[in-house]
Amino acid sequence: MRHILSLLLENEAGALSRVSGLFSARAFNIESLTVAPTEDPSISRMTLVTGGSEEVMEQIIKQINKLVDVIKVVDLSEARHIERELMLIKTQAKGAAREEVKRLVDIFRGRIIDVTENSYTIELTGPGDKLNAFLEALDRRMILEVVRSGVSGIARGDRAIGI
Amino acid sequence: MTEPSQKEKLRGAEIFVRALKDEGVEHVFGYPGGAVLHIYDELFKQDAVEHILVRHEQGATHAADGYARATGKPGVVLVTSGPGVTNTVTGIATAYMDSIPLVVFSGQVPTALIGNDAFQEVDAIGITRPCVKHNFLVRDVKDLASTIKKAFHVAMSGRPGPVLVDIPKDVTADVCEYDYPESIELRSYKPVTRGHPGQIRKAADLILAAKKPMIYAGGGVILSNAHQELTEMTQRLGYPITNTLMGLGAYPATDKQFVGMLGMHGTYEANMAMHHCDVLVAIGARFDDRVTGDLEKFCPEAKIVHIDIDPASISKNVPVDVPIVGDVKSVLGDLTELLKEDARQPDAAALADWWQQIADWQKLDCLRYNRNSDIIKPQYVVEKLWEVTGGDAYVTSDVGQHQMWAAQYYKFDKPRRWINSGGLGTMGFGVPAAMGVKLAFRDEEVVCISGEASLVMCLQELSTCLQYDLPIKIVSLNNRYMGMVRQWQEFFYAGRYSHSYMDAIPDFVKLAEAYGHVGMRIEKSVDVETSLKEALAMKDRLVLMDFITDQTENVYPMIAAGKGQNEMHLSPEQSSTDRELA
Repeated sequence: MRHILSLLLENEAGALSRVSGLFSARAFNIESLTVAPTEDPSISRMTLVTGGSEEVMEQIIKQINKLVDVIKVVDLSEARHIERELMLIKTQAKGAAREEVKRLVDIFRGRIIDVTENSYTIELTGPGDKLNAFLEALDRRMILEVVRSGVSGIARGDRAIGI
Repeated sequence: MTEPSQKEKLRGAEIFVRALKDEGVEHVFGYPGGAVLHIYDELFKQDAVEHILVRHEQGATHAADGYARATGKPGVVLVTSGPGVTNTVTGIATAYMDSIPLVVFSGQVPTALIGNDAFQEVDAIGITRPCVKHNFLVRDVKDLASTIKKAFHVAMSGRPGPVLVDIPKDVTADVCEYDYPESIELRSYKPVTRGHPGQIRKAADLILAAKKPMIYAGGGVILSNAHQELTEMTQRLGYPITNTLMGLGAYPATDKQFVGMLGMHGTYEANMAMHHCDVLVAIGARFDDRVTGDLEKFCPEAKIVHIDIDPASISKNVPVDVPIVGDVKSVLGDLTELLKEDARQPDAAALADWWQQIADWQKLDCLRYNRNSDIIKPQYVVEKLWEVTGGDAYVTSDVGQHQMWAAQYYKFDKPRRWINSGGLGTMGFGVPAAMGVKLAFRDEEVVCISGEASLVMCLQELSTCLQYDLPIKIVSLNNRYMGMVRQWQEFFYAGRYSHSYMDAIPDFVKLAEAYGHVGMRIEKSVDVETSLKEALAMKDRLVLMDFITDQTENVYPMIAAGKGQNEMHLSPEQSSTDRELA
């Protein structure tokens, strides 16, 4: 099953490789991983999408917790949460397709953030399946480039992860 | 204007040596080189910290490891950058697998050159990351003292382990105020020590309700110095107990409740009792594959209590019913208090039946071998060594058949006496480890049981032993084969002994003499005891005893990899009916 883990870790050189190294050393799977400093510059927040049986997830969380740089690990998927991902797509936009792509972007509540005679650069945020749906709606041959940020997640309601 | 508090300003190299002194470090095992020359210059000027010059950096880590296992204090290593630190990796990984506290300091090229492929530069942090508990790169001299404090704190607390501190050369030349913290807090690292009272209560309930109980204790008991608590609880309950390879000595091996080691080369009775028990109490043990065999067939009838300081060890391989996270010493203390207060007693009738069953298994005498052989049987050498040392020596070993025979036939009554590479299985460990133990306990008997293949893997440390007057005794069980490899090839590869035989073996007597020590070659069983006594009588000499042993001897019992605990190969010494029973 897919799980979204949220980590607080020391914002130190090498902290990211300790987490990613753990996943490769123990043959755990990583679907996506994003990391950036928080409002406290000494702490980074990482969102990691992974999967596995209940036993594997228990091991993943315990092993992450064991890393000396990790301050906290929470499995967001255990409770109500919000996940978002940012996608930037460059598509061809010529002739009749120019209007059609524009309509599609409006339907998905995306934004065109750069335009040339031949192309659009589109910004779209949402849960992963919405981004997938948009990609499927586009004519694959028109896509020039896709950049996805990986999932960021946060708990719903008043619940907050702090140290 | 008030003066700011005046603290001494020191160079990084001075800070380094002062910090070791303030940490209480007495011995450092190391080897100099370009990146650590400032530090070596400071070591030269003082005598609070004794530096032991090894002959290879791998030897430094194993020596520090042996020192740590025997004393319970952290082992400290100092090496240079590049090959200096890459040579420590095997030793660090060895310590990591067995949870041994080491602090390894490596020199690094100056900060300005890091990443430039400078001379003797290697990414020490990257190379060691998967086999350390934690590592640090010190980029600023102001962080040096506090990083050293953190390194010792992390290595020694929680589940212990090796920590590496990488120090660029310019940091050892820079100057700052020296301030060594008394203690240190890490917000991201707070190991649990006390067990949860509710879980301990549940464990007590299960333990008291058992009809066929079994206690399975590992290296965690020794690391936590909990042997007294373990012994008190086990004897109060009257339950059978087994130790893992790493746990030998945690419970006295000559006590009647001890049923021997368990696992791949464990005793018949220990493995059978594990297989048939209804309540298993696992203490500071991690359900390693050499212990469990086939997980599907492991302890099929047992409810399992597991006490361990590392939450990740719990339910990793085998799901458990009552997990207790905490320091073994503290949890066993609490558990024993509960058992004392409890009006309930173990079920005496059920326990008597259970002991009767175990006694039947013991009748098989699974460690029997031919004691009347003219050719030296390796088991006989270990048994005689146990006798002539009064069971009280510190014994290190390398890896293979001799290691298993040492574990089976030397009965350890005390903790921290049996020093071997259990998890990683590192050949070459024995001699340097014995050297580290001897340094810590100069008045004690320290013996390395080895084989001719393992022995040569770190043999260069015989020089170090001479330089620092460390007269260890080496018992080499020389069968001219990599014995355990040969055994597997006999059992599982139809006797195709692929590269497990060495055609050119050195003359070990001359070799010992070349290093300035005493060499002995023993070829007959009748000479074993007198030779051992003769060697041990040479208190101030290192003696290498080369025992020419039976080439065909195998280690029994044996559970083949992937088989169940109750599926043991027994020795041909056992009668055919007994062998069928198994």
